[in-house]
Amino acid sequence: MNIDVGLFNYWVVVILMVAGLYTVISKGHLIKKIIGLNIFQVSVFMMYITMGKVEDGTAPIFSETAVAYSNPLNSVLILTAIVVGVATTAVGLALAVRIHEAYGTLDESEIIEMDGGE
Amino acid sequence: MIDHFPAIQVALPMIAAAVVVIVRNPLVSHLIATGVAWISAVIAWTLLQSVLASGPISYQLGGWAPPTGIEYYIDPLNAFVLFLVSGIAAVVFPFAGASVAAEVDENKHHLFYACLLLCLTGMLGITITGDAFNIFVFLEITSLSSYALIAMGRDRRALSASFNYLVLGTLGGTAILIGVGLLLMQTGTLNIADLHMRLEGAHAASKTVLVALAFLTVGSSLKIALFPLHAWLPNAYAHAPSAVTALIAATSTKVSLYVLMRFIFTLFGTAVVFDVFQLQRVLLPLAVIGMFVGSLVAIYQTNIKRMLAYSSLAQIGYMVLGISLVNESGLAGSIVHMFNHAVIKGGLFMVMAAVVLRTGSADLSAMRGLAKRMPLTYLGFVIGGLGLIGVPLTAGFISKWYLVLGAIQNGMWLIVAMILLSSLLAVIYVWRVVEVGFFEEPDPEAPEIKEAPLSMLIPTWIMLGASLFFGVMTDTTAGVALEAARQLMGAP
Repeated sequence: MNIDVGLFNYWVVVILMVAGLYTVISKGHLIKKIIGLNIFQVSVFMMYITMGKVEDGTAPIFSETAVAYSNPLNSVLILTAIVVGVATTAVGLALAVRIHEAYGTLDESEIIEMDGGE
Repeated sequence: MIDHFPAIQVALPMIAAAVVVIVRNPLVSHLIATGVAWISAVIAWTLLQSVLASGPISYQLGGWAPPTGIEYYIDPLNAFVLFLVSGIAAVVFPFAGASVAAEVDENKHHLFYACLLLCLTGMLGITITGDAFNIFVFLEITSLSSYALIAMGRDRRALSASFNYLVLGTLGGTAILIGVGLLLMQTGTLNIADLHMRLEGAHAASKTVLVALAFLTVGSSLKIALFPLHAWLPNAYAHAPSAVTALIAATSTKVSLYVLMRFIFTLFGTAVVFDVFQLQRVLLPLAVIGMFVGSLVAIYQTNIKRMLAYSSLAQIGYMVLGISLVNESGLAGSIVHMFNHAVIKGGLFMVMAAVVLRTGSADLSAMRGLAKRMPLTYLGFVIGGLGLIGVPLTAGFISKWYLVLGAIQNGMWLIVAMILLSSLLAVIYVWRVVEVGFFEEPDPEAPEIKEAPLSMLIPTWIMLGASLFFGVMTDTTAGVALEAARQLMGAP
């Protein structure tokens, strides 16, 4: 089966990227900010994976019948980037827990208010 | 052994971080961290001498030849930055003991030193590597450990400052990841030298390269805290544990600035960045605005750690200004200011760490008459303050000299005037602190305040002594900076 996807993936990448960035900037809730960051990061992962795809290429596992392989480098890079993303999310959530303990809220504007507007 | 110094430089602090977590003893962890920082500094010094004597070093990790394998590439610029980072760490780590004991819970000390070591690993890794994706990975190692370090501050505001930094830092890091990805798409390689070769000619002016440059510039500018991307910096510096502020204020923005230089000069090359895409038209105004906004806001701060943070913002303006002048003197000014500002600001934040230890506050009101109680510490602030202003015979003067020289070469007299004018603003905010300390009487009801302990005084004075030493013995730092600038501009 051969479907010509064209630039479809890249459109999805751009939409996700902007949606993620918008969420980070516009939402005051700290958890929502972390979700936005995740969407932003995932869009970049998709970009890397998409550009590693070779037309008619199969997964880069050696086989007798394969004509071409997709570029495995991109997937390997993104494996690293996913680890970084998970670590960032973990630290972010841990901070959110501590912030909730210290301030009793996760709303950015309330936190700024409690800090005296700094 | 000496052949493997580039790998040991990065691996040693990383392994030590794991050891420290296993050991769990506060004193032993502190000793290990200090020892590792000293060994790192010696290694970096050896590498710097070797690079200056016999040219750039290329180290192939695991024996895989670049561009397939990962390469560590050391030229005068990053040898200089390596020495800067590990040198600062070698002074700040022993200093941290007393300050951390007062500001961080005892059962977290080993984790604190582990984070400190990981932060050092990341910064050394960013600096030494010749691989674009590697820069991203080490950048995130540095950032993640800094988030944890900042969040260890006593005040709950440290938590929200750290969270803010996490959000903006991740956006910056991801922007760099996007930029690297676009370059990979265009060229199929990640090695910086190889990227530079493949970007020459037909690819140079394509849209993909333009967008990649944009993402890389924005990403590293966020980490540098170039105006207007500085929102995370003041609170992060003000509320982090004092020793952490001294380390990251002195090194982390400098390393990010190094990354920007590496991208602009080595990866894309001056021809693409400045002739085709005209990046200096964006950087120059932002740098100048940053110089003024930073200094002006600093004047109105009552928390002195925050004041110094805003002053950093202004100093970062000078460094970026040097890049955007696009000539050797300006770039040399930028590189040498990286070093000088690191030493000066590191010293000043160490002074503040001593003040916070003894008075429990970094507020201007707590420093009333402090010069009588802590004369040696307070004299340190004066020396550092003079360096910030750029008075002759201090290190700050040398860097501003080269910046002014660079601006004159371009015939930008307005910029010259602005450099001098914004230096005058520094006089105001430094003077406020000096005035309160020397000429106001201490609060009679305040408890007796002792001079800072020797374990803090000695490193502080080593740092501030260095700022005087490099203000007089200019051929060491400025010589290396000129050589590095010559190679960066010369390599087309």
